[in-house]
Amino acid sequence: MHLSGEFSHVLGVMSWKAYEKPNDLAEALKLLEQACGRGRVIAGGTDLMPQVRRGECHADLLVDITGIAALKGIKEEGGWIFIGACVTHAQVAVHPILQREAKALAEGCRKVGSPQIRNMGTLVGNVVTAQPAADGAIPLMALEAELGVASSRGERWVPLEDAYRGIGCSAIDATREIVTRVRFQRPGTHSGTGFFRMAKRKALALPILNGAVSIELVSSGKRVEKARIALGPVAERPFRSREAEARLESGDLSHEVLLAASRIASEEANPRTSDRGGAAYRKEMVRVQVFRLLEKVVKEAGEKG
Amino acid sequence: MKQTKVRIHVNGSWVERETRPDRILLDFLREDLGLPGTKKGCEEGECGACTVLLNGMAVLSCLVPALKANGAEILTIEGLAERGQLHPIQQAFWEEGAVQCGYCTPGMILSAKALLDEHPEPATEEIKGAISGNLCRCTGYGRIVRAIEAASERMGKKKG
Repeated sequence: MHLSGEFSHVLGVMSWKAYEKPNDLAEALKLLEQACGRGRVIAGGTDLMPQVRRGECHADLLVDITGIAALKGIKEEGGWIFIGACVTHAQVAVHPILQREAKALAEGCRKVGSPQIRNMGTLVGNVVTAQPAADGAIPLMALEAELGVASSRGERWVPLEDAYRGIGCSAIDATREIVTRVRFQRPGTHSGTGFFRMAKRKALALPILNGAVSIELVSSGKRVEKARIALGPVAERPFRSREAEARLESGDLSHEVLLAASRIASEEANPRTSDRGGAAYRKEMVRVQVFRLLEKVVKEAGEKG
Repeated sequence: MKQTKVRIHVNGSWVERETRPDRILLDFLREDLGLPGTKKGCEEGECGACTVLLNGMAVLSCLVPALKANGAEILTIEGLAERGQLHPIQQAFWEEGAVQCGYCTPGMILSAKALLDEHPEPATEEIKGAISGNLCRCTGYGRIVRAIEAASERMGKKKG
């Protein structure tokens, strides 16, 4: 008997028929394949369980990947930083490699949900849930991260920008594919990253607006070599302000350039009005917050190296 | 539905039960193990009333499938008192008047324990951060924070 999402919670049960926790990736992929689309990956479960309860997920089989050693850990190798699919937000927030090389990501993950959610929820899960203002995904977007995706067809790298189909709709098929890790290139010597978040409360509150910035300066510190700005929720997916980035990369660095870039980012952004905030307010806050963050990160990047 | 065996270390002892594969840890603790101290609040991960410690970490038991906890160590509020003696955190909540209706209390105390186990002398802001996933509708949080500070002092004195 299959209990519908609406009533099953009254009886204290959810709705899947089998729960497996394989020891390795090959076994996990085989379980998904055998389930022919009726199985689904579960990592931390902090997004999936509410989805099941709301009747938004009808998987018969849950494949728990948190027992797979290859999906754990954070490491630096050959100029890239790799974060395993089972790494939690709590782990990202305190990891020395990330605090040193990608502060924006540590800061973003520190803001997800609540301490209890961060203890179970994974960074990769945050990306696969595909919300436009996901606090882990936004910094990853500014870091131009890529997802390592394993399926029966083999493994491939998917740039984060290609991982979205729409709000809450990932290009990753969690019934057939398993993201094994996420990677991004270590920012250069004269670089800095930053994250901002506006929300009604300090915890358990989705953002009114959030964003991340990654800046690499030339060695003289006079010009921006590379600028990346990610914002949410100002589009159906985590948004890159490409015109603002281009403005920062053209010509010498100055106070005026930062102001101009922030204004352009605000013009590019297209937030909606929702119960978290009005569109006009959010658009204006893009300008304010991006400017403040750029000032801070550019200063830090200049002081490094 | 086919029953599956689950074996969990709860409050210091191994328990083994047959359960539905879609059983949730919160209900497993309350109904299957007869431990109703862990409270059911929102059932969607937004209130913290269901907080337990899983392998020492504060988690929301309403979002944990029972089978996910297979082989894990779980601490519920019932596991804190020893030989009839309240845990210092429980004692502090009592003495500081940090309990009104009591519904948030088990979750609060376990979040506090997770903090103090990791940071025995937390700053006030760290305490607030540690309980930021636990909602209280009665106390206004002030006495709860004071209770955790008092517990920290008391537990520090015990060691030294």
